Amino acid sequence: MPHKGKIHKYGDNIDTDAIIAARYLNMHEPRELAAHCMEDIDADFVQRVKPGDIIVAESNFGCGSSREHAPSAIKASGISCVIGKSFARIFFRNAINTGLPLLESAEAVENIKQGDTVEVDLATGTITNLSSGKTFKAKPYPDFMMEIINAGGLIEHIRKKSVGAR
Amino acid sequence: MTLAEKILAAHCGKDKVSAGDFISAKCDLVLSNDITAPIAIREFERLGFPHVFDPNKIVMVPDHFCPNKDIQSATQAAMMREFAGKHGLIYFEVGEMGIEHVILPEKGLALPGQVIVGADSHTCTYGALGTFATGMGSTDIAVAMATGEIWMKVPPTIKFVYHGKPGKWTGGKDLILYTIGDIGVDGALYSAMEFHGEAINNLGMDGRFTMSNMAIEAGGKAGLFQVDGATLRYLKGRARGKYTVYASDVDAEYARVIEYDAAKIEPQVAFPHLPSNTRPISLVGNVAIDQSVIGSCTNGRLDDLRLAARVLKGRKVDPHVRCIILPGSQQIYLEALKEGLIEIFIRAGAAVSTPTCGPCLGGHMGILAAGERCVSTTNRNFVGRMGHPRSEVYLANPAVAAASAILGRIAGPEEVK
Repeated sequence: MPHKGKIHKYGDNIDTDAIIAARYLNMHEPRELAAHCMEDIDADFVQRVKPGDIIVAESNFGCGSSREHAPSAIKASGISCVIGKSFARIFFRNAINTGLPLLESAEAVENIKQGDTVEVDLATGTITNLSSGKTFKAKPYPDFMMEIINAGGLIEHIRKKSVGAR
Repeated sequence: MTLAEKILAAHCGKDKVSAGDFISAKCDLVLSNDITAPIAIREFERLGFPHVFDPNKIVMVPDHFCPNKDIQSATQAAMMREFAGKHGLIYFEVGEMGIEHVILPEKGLALPGQVIVGADSHTCTYGALGTFATGMGSTDIAVAMATGEIWMKVPPTIKFVYHGKPGKWTGGKDLILYTIGDIGVDGALYSAMEFHGEAINNLGMDGRFTMSNMAIEAGGKAGLFQVDGATLRYLKGRARGKYTVYASDVDAEYARVIEYDAAKIEPQVAFPHLPSNTRPISLVGNVAIDQSVIGSCTNGRLDDLRLAARVLKGRKVDPHVRCIILPGSQQIYLEALKEGLIEIFIRAGAAVSTPTCGPCLGGHMGILAAGERCVSTTNRNFVGRMGHPRSEVYLANPAVAAASAILGRIAGPEEVK
C-alpha cells in the first residue's frame, strides 16, 4: 500500500476510547474493529477513509488504555500511517509491534490541513504535503526499533531472532 | 540510580543503567485479561513457541467483561480459560476473582523489586509495592509469555514530593488527580513517577495503589513508592515468594523534582473529558448527577469502601441517582461484609455488584445513556468512556462519590448533613 492519501486531522490527546470504544472490545478481528474506528469523535470517518489515507494529530495521540485494538483498527481502516507531534507510550509500542508506521514531526503537523494530500517516504522519514508542495522530515527511529520495523513487526522480529539462535 | 533504574539494572544483568538505555528485561510476572489475552494468545501462537517461558509467572484474569456480559465476551473469556488450562498458567475464575490489579497484590503475587508487565495500562498499580510494573499491548505480552523478556527503554524519573498533612477527606486519589491536573495527561510521558514526602509516608497501602494506578493518566510508564513499614506489614503473610527491596540513591538523578503542599490540596474532581481537567471540590458548582460508581482498580479496595460507608451510613442515596458499588475482589467483598459495610450500602439504597471492571470502561453493570452524568471513583473520563458518547464522567474519591450519591449533585462529604 502506498503511504499517500488524504489527511484526517485531529487535536491533542486522542485517546484509545476515541479510536476504538471499549464496547467493541468483545471483538478482536481488525476488520470488525475498523468498522467502528474513531466512531465517538468522528462519526463519518469510516465512510470517508480510503486506503493510503493518513491521520495527522497533535500531541499525545493514543493516550489511555493498552488496547492493541486501537492501532489494529486504524490500520485495518485503510490508514497507511499516523503523523503526530507526540505519541502515548503504549500506543507507540503497539503501533510499531503491529506494523502501523508513526511519524513524529511538529512542523509537519503545523503545516498540514484537513483534506490535504500527503505522501510519506518511510525509508527516509520524508513527509511531502502535495497540496502545498512543502516537505518535512520526521524524527528518526532508534536502530533498535528500526530492526523491529524492518522485520515487519515484533512477532516476525522475534521469530527471526529465535531461528538464528537455534 | 533511581528506584526504577535499580530494578531494571538487576533485571538485565547490568550493574548500572541510565535513562534512555535500551535493555531487555527479565519479567517476574506477565499479565493479561479477557480483553487483551485473546490477541496475546493469537500472537503467541504465531510466534511458534511450544511452551510459555514459565507457567508460574503468567497470570490471566477474567475481569473486564466478566462475569461474561454477552456471547462475544464469553467466547473471548473461553479462549483465555482454555489457553490458561492448556499451559497451566495462574488463572482466577469468577468465584475467586477480582479486578486484576486488586488481586495480584492481594494474593501476594506482585512483590517489591520485581518487573511486571501486563496487557493492561493500569499494570502500573503495583508500583505502590516498589515494583517496576508497566502496561503494554498484547503483542508485547505474547513475546513476554514466550521468552520471559521484554525490550524496554529505561525511563527518566520525575520525583514528586508531597509535604505536610492532607485534610480529612483528601486521599491518594486527590493527590494524584491534583498532580495530573498540574502536569497534564502527558506531563510524565515515557517517565517513571516516584512519590515521596510526609503525606506519602502517612498514606496507607490502598491510597498508594490508587496513586500508582493513575500514573498512566499522566502518560507515565510507572508510578513508584519506596518500600517502608507499611509495605512490609502489607506483605507479611501474603508474599508468595522472596523479594528484594531496592531504594533510590540519595544522589539519584531525576529529570525533575516537583513539590506540593498536601495540606492545601482539597478533594479533587476531574471534569469531562480528561483526567487533568481537575477542580477542587469547593469550585465544582452545581453539577447534578444520574449515577455514582464506587469501585475499580483505582478505588475498589477496603479503605475505599470504608470511606464510602462512613459517608453513606444511616443516610439515603438520592432517589434519582443510581449508586453502584463494586468491591475490587472476593476477599474485599467478604471483609466488607464482615465489617458491615455491605449492609450500610444496601440500606442506603446502593446496588452492590460482584467484582468486575464493568462500568469503568463502559462494559456492563452501569452504562450511561446520552446526556447522563456520572461521578465515579474510576480513572478515565474520556468521551464515551462509560457509555454514550454524549454522557459525562467526573472522577473523584470514594467519599465525594458517596456524598454526591446522597445529594444528587457533585458534593464533598462535609456538605452531607
